[in-house]
Amino acid sequence: MDLYLPIAEMSVNALVIILLGGGVGFLSGMFGVGGGFLTTPLLIFYGIPPAIAVASSATQITGSSVSGALAYWRRGQVDLKMGWVMVLGGVIGAGIGQIVFRALQKIGQIDVTIAIIYVLFLGIIGALMLREALGALRLARAVAAGAPRPPTRLRRHVPWIAALPGKTRFYKSGLYISPLAPLLLGVGVGVLTVIMGVGGGFIMVPAMIYLLGMSASAVVGTSLFQIIFVTAATTLLHATSSKSVDIVLALLLLVGGVAGAQVGVRAAQQLRPEKLRLALALIVLAVAARLLWGLTVRPAALYTLYGQ
Amino acid sequence: MRPGTLLAALGLAVAMPSTLSAAPPTTLITDISQGRIDINTTFKGADLLVFGAIQYPAGAVPDAPPDIAIVVRGPTEPVTVRRRERVVGIWLNTDSVRFESVPGFYAVATTRPIDDLADDRITAIYEIGIRNLQLAPASGASDAETTAFERGLIAQKQRSGLFAEIAGGVSVTRNVLYRARITIPAAVPVGDYTAEIHLIRKGRVIASSTTPISIGKSGFERWIYVMAQEHSLAYGLAAVAAALLAGWIASIVTRRS
Repeated sequence: MDLYLPIAEMSVNALVIILLGGGVGFLSGMFGVGGGFLTTPLLIFYGIPPAIAVASSATQITGSSVSGALAYWRRGQVDLKMGWVMVLGGVIGAGIGQIVFRALQKIGQIDVTIAIIYVLFLGIIGALMLREALGALRLARAVAAGAPRPPTRLRRHVPWIAALPGKTRFYKSGLYISPLAPLLLGVGVGVLTVIMGVGGGFIMVPAMIYLLGMSASAVVGTSLFQIIFVTAATTLLHATSSKSVDIVLALLLLVGGVAGAQVGVRAAQQLRPEKLRLALALIVLAVAARLLWGLTVRPAALYTLYGQ
Repeated sequence: MRPGTLLAALGLAVAMPSTLSAAPPTTLITDISQGRIDINTTFKGADLLVFGAIQYPAGAVPDAPPDIAIVVRGPTEPVTVRRRERVVGIWLNTDSVRFESVPGFYAVATTRPIDDLADDRITAIYEIGIRNLQLAPASGASDAETTAFERGLIAQKQRSGLFAEIAGGVSVTRNVLYRARITIPAAVPVGDYTAEIHLIRKGRVIASSTTPISIGKSGFERWIYVMAQEHSLAYGLAAVAAALLAGWIASIVTRRS
């Protein structure tokens, strides 16, 4: 079924886009990640211009985060105070990111920058996840063989974060820290949201646990809450500045994503979490490798055209 | 006025006297299958049929088959061409050359290969043939460099079907009726197009006609595009609202199941 995208100005197979959204939705339901880090590269592989892939993917993430955030909200697992601080940081970061995005677009380096940042982030995170998942699998096997389970140690704070001024209490997160720490974290992820078209949950969640030391119950809900607002702000920035949001593309992805996520959640209950994390690590590394290959192999066309 | 049109006008002025001497000149009657091409939700490109008849003075149809060149061109725009080079193992955009007037679409169909129709001067004046396009490069690069970029631009445009040369694409019936089929790809830019038909005899253009064509988005596609361009804040808000609504509906459905 061919469909003409009004902003991307190209004809796509709607079924392929819906299936793409569905596949990413399946993974996101399975692993509890937003999946923006997969949507954007896959859209680029399909032939959607990178700037439009990034902007429309952000719009799609807004929608797919809502249902997750509402579920956590009902269970009281969203720290609003923490969430708003991060939203503030995220919006500031998105503003900075937009300036960088426009500048790179002007000098014609946006496509390659998006690809390089993706390779770096996906490579590092994929490698870390792989190491963690393999370690967990080995541990599970050792425990099953009768070895004693090592005590889990929890470090409360990273020293330099504890040293930041103006400490305040975040009750649901179980923290007494400076709001500057989550604010800065929000800024960093906001920049990435604009440039990569991701929600940033895959960076935010580990950072909230390991850097801020938030109590695990509030982490995912608060992250999703923050993602809704920051991706919404990103959509507005892209829409008004680079005019690269394709609403038809975003909605196609959403339709697939919502359905895929339901299947993914059910599939996840059949599998062991360590194996899930191992699978996700391998997928992330595969996407990074594909992008790296695209950067280094001699392109079919050495000359590329840029209109106004 | 673009330099191309100016040159063409001059060329016409040069060619005129010889045709004017014969009492009524040969004229071309042209029609097009679609004067307006709508880009809608299911647009996958279009086939444009350009056809018509040659009206000879006093109905004297010559024995030799006439030569015809049909040029369909879209609005011009500035295009920046960037060249990729390998920098520490990664292919980066490095040098660039800006071309000031690149037609968004250019297709020429002819009865015979362009080189057999007329000499270089005539084909250059009428911009018949891709190599005769006046792309107006604006850069300090050397001629050789600029030519390399121009080749890159043309190759890229040809690959996406936006530049085309179809030798033998015009068929002529009984030396009077002519027609050509021009393929418009899905990625075609919107705007005002023209179909120019040139009748060539003995290496001279003896009659020309120009017919306008407009290509535009229609219906839903047009509405979305106009909103995104002219009311971008409202468009952005609508996109966010649509995404939130979709997410919320999904959440309700999930809760039920």
